[in-house]
Amino acid sequence: MNIIVTVKQVPDTHEVKIDPKTGALIREGVPSIINPEDKNAIEEALRLKKSSDDGEVTVLSMGPLQAESTLREALSMGVDRAILVSDRAFAGADTLATSYTLSMAIKKIERYDLILCGSQTIDGETGQVGPQLAEWLDLPQATHAEEINIQGNLVTVKSNFDSVTRVMEMKTPALITVSNRINKPRYKHMNKVLRAYRDKAVVTWSKEDLKLNPIRIGLNGSPTWVRKTFVHSHSRDGIVVEKPAANCAEDILDFILEKALLKL
Amino acid sequence: MPVIVHEEKCTGCKLCVAACPYTVISMQEEKAVLLPGCTYCGACIDTCEFGAITFEDFQGRLCMDVALFKGTHVFIEHDNQTASKVSLELLGKARGLADEFSRQGKDQLVTAILIGYELGDMADELIAYGADHVIVVNDESFKMYRTDIYTKAIVQIAGVKKPEILLFGATAQGRDLAPRIASRLRTGLTADCTALEICKDEGILLQTKPAFGGNMMVTIACPDNRPQMATVRPGVMKKYPRDPDKIGTKEVMKIDLDENDFIIHIRDIMASTKKHVKLEDAEIIVAGGHGVNNQQGLKILETLSDELGAELGASRAAVDEGWIGQDHQIGQTGKTVQPDLYIACGISGSLQHLAGISQSKYIIAINTDRKAPIVSASDVTFIGDLFQIVPVLKDKIREYKKRTD
Amino acid sequence: MKLCYQMDEKYEMIRMAAREFAEGEIKPVAGELDEKEEFSVSLTQQMGDIGLFGMTVPEEHGGQGLDYISYIIAVEEIARVDGSQAATLAAGNSLGIDPIDKFGSESQCRKYLPDLCQGKTLMGFGLTEPNAGSDAGATSTTAVKEGDSWVINGRKTMTTNANTPITKGSIVQAITGARPDGKPDYTCFIVENGTPGFTLNTMKRKFMWRGSNTAELFFNNCRVSNDAVLGNPGDGFKQMLATLDGGRLSIGAMGIGCAQGAYEAALRYSKERIQFGRPICKQQAIAFKLADMELKIELARNLLYKACWLAENKRPFGKEAAMSKLYCSEIAREVADEAVQIHGGYGLFKDYDVERFYRDQRLLQIGEGTSEILRIVISRAIGC
Repeated sequence: MNIIVTVKQVPDTHEVKIDPKTGALIREGVPSIINPEDKNAIEEALRLKKSSDDGEVTVLSMGPLQAESTLREALSMGVDRAILVSDRAFAGADTLATSYTLSMAIKKIERYDLILCGSQTIDGETGQVGPQLAEWLDLPQATHAEEINIQGNLVTVKSNFDSVTRVMEMKTPALITVSNRINKPRYKHMNKVLRAYRDKAVVTWSKEDLKLNPIRIGLNGSPTWVRKTFVHSHSRDGIVVEKPAANCAEDILDFILEKALLKL
Repeated sequence: MPVIVHEEKCTGCKLCVAACPYTVISMQEEKAVLLPGCTYCGACIDTCEFGAITFEDFQGRLCMDVALFKGTHVFIEHDNQTASKVSLELLGKARGLADEFSRQGKDQLVTAILIGYELGDMADELIAYGADHVIVVNDESFKMYRTDIYTKAIVQIAGVKKPEILLFGATAQGRDLAPRIASRLRTGLTADCTALEICKDEGILLQTKPAFGGNMMVTIACPDNRPQMATVRPGVMKKYPRDPDKIGTKEVMKIDLDENDFIIHIRDIMASTKKHVKLEDAEIIVAGGHGVNNQQGLKILETLSDELGAELGASRAAVDEGWIGQDHQIGQTGKTVQPDLYIACGISGSLQHLAGISQSKYIIAINTDRKAPIVSASDVTFIGDLFQIVPVLKDKIREYKKRTD
Repeated sequence: MKLCYQMDEKYEMIRMAAREFAEGEIKPVAGELDEKEEFSVSLTQQMGDIGLFGMTVPEEHGGQGLDYISYIIAVEEIARVDGSQAATLAAGNSLGIDPIDKFGSESQCRKYLPDLCQGKTLMGFGLTEPNAGSDAGATSTTAVKEGDSWVINGRKTMTTNANTPITKGSIVQAITGARPDGKPDYTCFIVENGTPGFTLNTMKRKFMWRGSNTAELFFNNCRVSNDAVLGNPGDGFKQMLATLDGGRLSIGAMGIGCAQGAYEAALRYSKERIQFGRPICKQQAIAFKLADMELKIELARNLLYKACWLAENKRPFGKEAAMSKLYCSEIAREVADEAVQIHGGYGLFKDYDVERFYRDQRLLQIGEGTSEILRIVISRAIGC
């Protein structure tokens, strides 16, 4: 069972602060981490590899050269190979251009039975790259997986689809995005950290290493453009309301509806 | 930016014919030929392994022929009987966008895409909720949602109809389906939008979504590709008031399927039992403190919490009293939480508790003491008896949900 | 010329790995274990599962094959969250595993190290006696050779990890004769728990490191075979000194970890706590305390890492080890003390971690050489 896991280096959004004056993101001093659900994908890949006889787990990422540390982290968790697709020409890619570029790298890797991705990243929060990648590669997909079982070339996936749980079956090769409920990612083993730096390499592929259609990469290959970013500035108002109970309840419901907090 | 076929390189493999979402490539004498109506999406160029298809006069960035696209299409999610709430919200939004277009002197139709089997009078309902036109695909194969053939159906519809805007609910289904379609159509997609508007100058769709854990809002446009696609968060847009007299048209479409289209097989669909999430991951938390008086008091909060789809939390005081287990404790010695909404009931707000909730997006407090520290740490504090307010609130939420369903 | 203050990225990954584990698994239970005075077998084995034991032991001996600085960073990170687990880890590595790896025979290494390095078992190191603390020369435990075996009599006290459910045994130092100059000859023995004549008693009612195990060891005609001798008979004193030098570095790491944890808690608190209309960190009296804490930790860490570098490069590091242990443990006290002060009355309650840091730091100026003994070591090294 050969498994490819796509990962992304993201800023730790718990640490991200916004400049209240400019509305710009303050990234300085914010640690870069491996996207949390990508760790669930790595864990699942390692688990599936262990339960099959042989094969290897490859992590693949697109990003600047600094993203190498994220791949080292994946190696420290125990994956076999790490590939970083990095080129200035890829900068500004949206999910279409990103999924295209990743798909071309995966075509170069050639041998794989399964591609696993995190359901979504904590920075862009789109959850689109997985399904879009599946489309570029013409693979069956399952999103938000909470359980994966493999027998021979049949993959069974249990996914939580809002109010229902769907059990799907498909043939390998397939692409599955995993939810953070699928497992608990392992901690990094000290000796694996050593091996990740001493015995393993992060392979870097640039534009020239892939057979790319230039119209599909980077900013120019991205249909969507960011027009503006802004912040909902919000400080606690400390408003005090004293009314009969029924009116209080009414006000609370209005507050919940106004902020679109009610889940139906 | 016309597409040209270099006859000498074309091997007649027909890959481009299959790849063209707009079905404007045909084979003549073993060579690909472009028919009128090409949108310049470039799907054929990606597919051709022989470099036989290129853009003529490529200017660095692919620009589709956006003038060919018209109208707003909404994909309808349903349970084969009624349309989901978010789909009706999207119709309402699409109506609003159509009005905006018409103010800009551009008449646009709102089209609902209804795919399923034995759909009853749902199409009429969609018209009543704002659709001008309903495209109905009624086929047993579509009885259950499946990524594979639903993608094919919508791509086929989009290929024929060329909508300017194509909207989906940001539900599990919408977010499973829309990205695949966007990839196949070679266009842009914005996820989980909370606002949509038409840019006054350019007439394009401005799509706003949260990012970075809700720390920031981003407005995204898709100027050069069509359709402009978005998934939209449920509960944000307003439904169009139901008008049973509204006039609209219906059209039945047939999707050509063959067995190779079925690559994902549904083995089972089960109702999910309510899954409790970790407090740290909860979107809404209802929490009780010393003011709930006893275990029974917490039960009352639990009914509210269930109605809201929230998780139940507690301050240390309530845990120390033994009213609830320690895994519910929030604060310095308990859990640090960051829900979108934190409702603190009968919690005075000791420093150690506030440390655990300060990352919440909104905090509402219900308390009898207007001098309690929780007041200044909250967005709004309602002074009153939680035993009176909470049950009424629970009922009002239930009513609201019934009303809008 | 070479002066480089940038650490290899590998060390940052070691730090991150240890930190994730400490925050994910130890932090949620540290307060409770402390309160119940309970040793956690499960946490110890989890530490083993991620390779925190045997970090500097070569891979062929079943260890993790890392260098000393990696080990120090890991101890620092565990101590940043909980002194008790850091104690189990540091004692397990520096006192339980290190001597066997360094001085043990090939068969002793094969017998003990694989399990010890996986955290499946622990090994104590019995040195201190009721009447021989700083004055190690007052040791009275003896071992007498009878044929192919040795008979041990005496008593050891305050031995970390010696009486847990997974303890394999203890390394025990005993007098085995006299040298020509009249001074006693020392030998270290590996005595397994369950050996007839060897009994243990867990020492309770500690006020610090309450989640770690401390025991008394009693030897009453305890007979062990010749195979139990660590290295060669008569090497005990040399082995003890070498072990303590290494152990001091890990105590230094515990001091920095403790200080770091207390400092971060105080900094966080000072940004949340509003008095006189603004966060107390904006008030100079508090801000200066925090500045001093940061300064002390930075200095201590520089000193400790330098000592590690010397050890790693096989240079003499006895003086630097003593200086590190002395300084790191003393700033741990100062920083934990100020951290409580910044928390005010709240800092006196178990709701806040600083209360535990404040208690746990106190051992660091006593264990593995009191501050006073360390000053003797340093003053001798500079020729006083």
